[in-house]
Amino acid sequence: MSKIESKIPDGPIAEKWSNFKSHCKLVNPSNKRKIDIIVVGTGLAGASAAASLGELGYNVKIFCYQDSPRRAHSIAAQGGINAAKNYQNDGDSVFRLFYDTVKGGDYRAREANVYRLAEVSNSIIDQCVAQGVPFARDYGGLLDNRSFGGAQVSRTFYARGQTGQQLLLGAYSTLSRQIKKGTVKMYNRRDVLDVVVVDGKARGVITRNLTTGEIEKHFGHAVVLATGGYGNVFFLSTNAMGSNVTPAWAAYKKGAFFGNPCFTQIHPTCIPVHGDFQSKLTLMSESLRNDGRIWVPKNIEDVEKLRNKTLKPKDISEENRDYYLERRYPAFGNLVPRDVASRAAKERCDAGYGVGATGLAVFLDFSEAIGRLGKSVVEARYGNLFQMYEKIVDENPYETPMMIYPAVHYTMGGIWVDYNLMTTVPGLYALGECNFSDHGANRLGASALMQGLADGYFVIPYTIADYLADEIHTPRMSVDAPEFVAAEKAVKERLEKFISIKGTHSVDYFHKKLGKVMWEYCGMGRNEEGLKKALELIPVIRKEFWSDLKINGELNEYNPEIEKAGRVADFLEMGELMVRDALNRRESCGGHFREEMQTEEGEAKRDDVNFAYAAAWEYTGTDSEPVLHKEQLEFKDIELKQRNYK
Amino acid sequence: MNLTLKIWRQPSVDKKGKFETYQINDISADCSFLEMLDQLNEKLINDSNGPVDFTKCPVSFDHDCREGICGMCGLYINGRPHGPDSGITTCQLHMRKFKDGDTIVVEPWRSKAFPIIRDLVVDRGALDKIIQAGGYVSVNTGGIPDANSIPISKRNSDLAMDAASCIGCGACVASCANASAMLFVSAKVSQLALLPQGKIEAKERVQSMVKEMDSLGFGNCSNTYGCEAECPKEISKSNIARLNREFIGAKVCYENEVTRAAGGA
Ligand SMILES: Cc1cc2nc3c(=O)[nH]c(=O)nc-3n(C[C@H](O)[C@H](O)[C@H](O)COP(=O)(O)OP(=O)(O)OC[C@H]3O[C@@H](n4cnc5c(N)ncnc54)[C@H](O)[C@@H]3O)c2cc1C
Ligand code: FES
Repeated sequence: MSKIESKIPDGPIAEKWSNFKSHCKLVNPSNKRKIDIIVVGTGLAGASAAASLGELGYNVKIFCYQDSPRRAHSIAAQGGINAAKNYQNDGDSVFRLFYDTVKGGDYRAREANVYRLAEVSNSIIDQCVAQGVPFARDYGGLLDNRSFGGAQVSRTFYARGQTGQQLLLGAYSTLSRQIKKGTVKMYNRRDVLDVVVVDGKARGVITRNLTTGEIEKHFGHAVVLATGGYGNVFFLSTNAMGSNVTPAWAAYKKGAFFGNPCFTQIHPTCIPVHGDFQSKLTLMSESLRNDGRIWVPKNIEDVEKLRNKTLKPKDISEENRDYYLERRYPAFGNLVPRDVASRAAKERCDAGYGVGATGLAVFLDFSEAIGRLGKSVVEARYGNLFQMYEKIVDENPYETPMMIYPAVHYTMGGIWVDYNLMTTVPGLYALGECNFSDHGANRLGASALMQGLADGYFVIPYTIADYLADEIHTPRMSVDAPEFVAAEKAVKERLEKFISIKGTHSVDYFHKKLGKVMWEYCGMGRNEEGLKKALELIPVIRKEFWSDLKINGELNEYNPEIEKAGRVADFLEMGELMVRDALNRRESCGGHFREEMQTEEGEAKRDDVNFAYAAAWEYTGTDSEPVLHKEQLEFKDIELKQRNYK
Repeated sequence: MNLTLKIWRQPSVDKKGKFETYQINDISADCSFLEMLDQLNEKLINDSNGPVDFTKCPVSFDHDCREGICGMCGLYINGRPHGPDSGITTCQLHMRKFKDGDTIVVEPWRSKAFPIIRDLVVDRGALDKIIQAGGYVSVNTGGIPDANSIPISKRNSDLAMDAASCIGCGACVASCANASAMLFVSAKVSQLALLPQGKIEAKERVQSMVKEMDSLGFGNCSNTYGCEAECPKEISKSNIARLNREFIGAKVCYENEVTRAAGGA
């Protein structure tokens, strides 16, 4: 018997959300003042949620580990945000956005959630424009759009190559307004280390003040996690250095099931790895695939000549180039979804046609676009990305093609939530990238920003009221309650353990080691043998970590090594769950490619008979295996089909 | 390449700091400045034995995105905010800008408004306070008319975007002899003043943001524009001129209102 209930409202798909909103419980204004809500994270999801809940009159406490809420990782999103406005008159609609997202996710997302996402997408754009977000406009003064992978319409709104920045600054400004008003209290430079559960309900968090090292306890009638993704389990990713799984992992250990942990997105267009000292990877926005053409040499001799620099990329003639995406997928060409593009790059590089010093790179070429549009148009569209590339690689992309390679970018998996975005722990919610809900096995470009803001501005204000309506008689709890004290004690013991090991290796040493195992065995291609090997290797690294870690400095001071140690300790457990999930899912779908399960042409082969479910893992203890629960996915409005981008 | 680093070390806000010299060898020209510091920190950990004094602990510095957009990093390198390159943040600075054998001096942002937390990490909370004073449009979530109902000229929208590119790193303050935050404030004031959505509250906004800035210990702008030269996002000083126009406009308007309210003129 499954313990999970998705709570999808009744009625036809297009009416579910309206039905919910018309019938959900409400909290009246005077009662809202008596209710405290904790929001962890100030990215698009957290900032928009906290601001909206503050506006409604709740007392909100919001936390982030950065020095300012404006610096959350959402700031780095480049390309854009989707909405079904159909401003281009090219046939877009709510249904089409819903359809593309479900199909793009390779039919592993819950229809009702995705439909709601598409439905509220238009309000997001209205909201952001009203906040002063300077989206790109055309000469007539109306909003402009660009195309993104996995869609044949132009529905992506953007602000140069800095869309995430502008959307986050919009949310940050509304959050700032509430902070000034006193409805939201901001706790910056705080590491949330545990979730407190009292009588089965989420009631608070334990934090470490990163400036002083002090451990603090905070009460809330409900707790909302909006802590982003866990891509840093791979060490190298496009995520911010501090992105982590800790609050989500703490929630998992307190009873929140973890959904589809193995669904990771490897983004096709990132700057390739170039040295051991490398600390992170830099994304080159998917929007570049609008005008850039991806290729490798057709002849292996040319690969050799490029490597020893006797030949320049631009000297290779058209007929000697292999535009492999255009060749394999004529209908979508360079705009196939990310998982497809990434695997195709790997396939070429594995076959020996990769370029660059390591052979792990392909070209992204703008010469045709520059010829067609002129340099100034290309510059207006992508100038900041070209500049970013040049600063890192020291090559001018206007003159020579960029070199790119896939890199870990996003995690579709996350905490399992029901339609209300509530986890399996009552009163504990998960929003944005930290939940598993909307993108199935592969996220389409420009849909994460949409989801973060949909969850925060338009979903949680309704769904949380439905829960809190029954909490108005719960008085504020003292943080001296035994559950808080016990959680605080456990947190302190773990921190003290880090310091007391006094081993020989830094945190980064273990993180890199874990990252290599994850990339090798649970990255772009996965197979049974490799995954089983990873299941042996990860516990060994974990054991080594707990017996040989070395940390300089103290607990009760500003000490980034302590922060990192906590994050890596959790990644060392999380990685294992990802591998377990990947091993269990004996099918290929979206970003999860099981090498045993592919078509003759090398495309992912889904198994809808056995795997049309979302995996929800239940924690049962550090040394015992987690239990798998299955949420069977029903496709009533979209026909289950093998994806085809040819 | 081999380098000598002179780094500001300070255990906390209330303790004294000092420069400490470190030697680091075999640094690749392709690595970033922060990756060079990562390697120094790794070495400090590996070389230490038993309890160590704070100068042997890893050097603390703020950073997160490492791609020039979050505004978290910010080091004063050889006398320049974000170091010897233009249009970049510290995390985008690469070691190819240095030569083998160089001595590099690394300091935190220095300003009364930015107290030092540890080593190279400062508290820039004052910038958040300025935004809280009015750097927003007062709209609540929901009930908003269609996004295309008010067309905005491409020119104004582009200018607003130029101003909105500010990442709030504080380099403008660090570069200014008076530690003024004028470029930062003017960027937000300009962005919103250029858009119809922001126009409605423009007068109140400029006044309250400038007032807040003055109260937080930032200095006055004396129009030397070192800030523009050091801004990683190349925010233009013309925003400062726009702020001044907005500010004077708001003041005149306010004085007229006071006179009217008093039944005069
Ligand atoms: C380089 C890059 C480009 C991208 N471009 C696009 C794009 O063009 N379009 C698109 O749709 N998506 C894009 N994405 C994906 C998208 O940016 C993210 O999925 C999304 O912004 C996540 O938002 P979030 O609010 O869920 O979390 P985040 O923005 O990651 O915020 C997480 C928050 O949680 C806080 N937090 C985390 N851990 C803790 C802790 N332990 N204690 C306290 N606080 C904590 C952080 O401080 C932060 O405030 C991109 C991603 C990357 C990496
Ligand atoms: S670390 Fe984000 S701007 Fe440098």
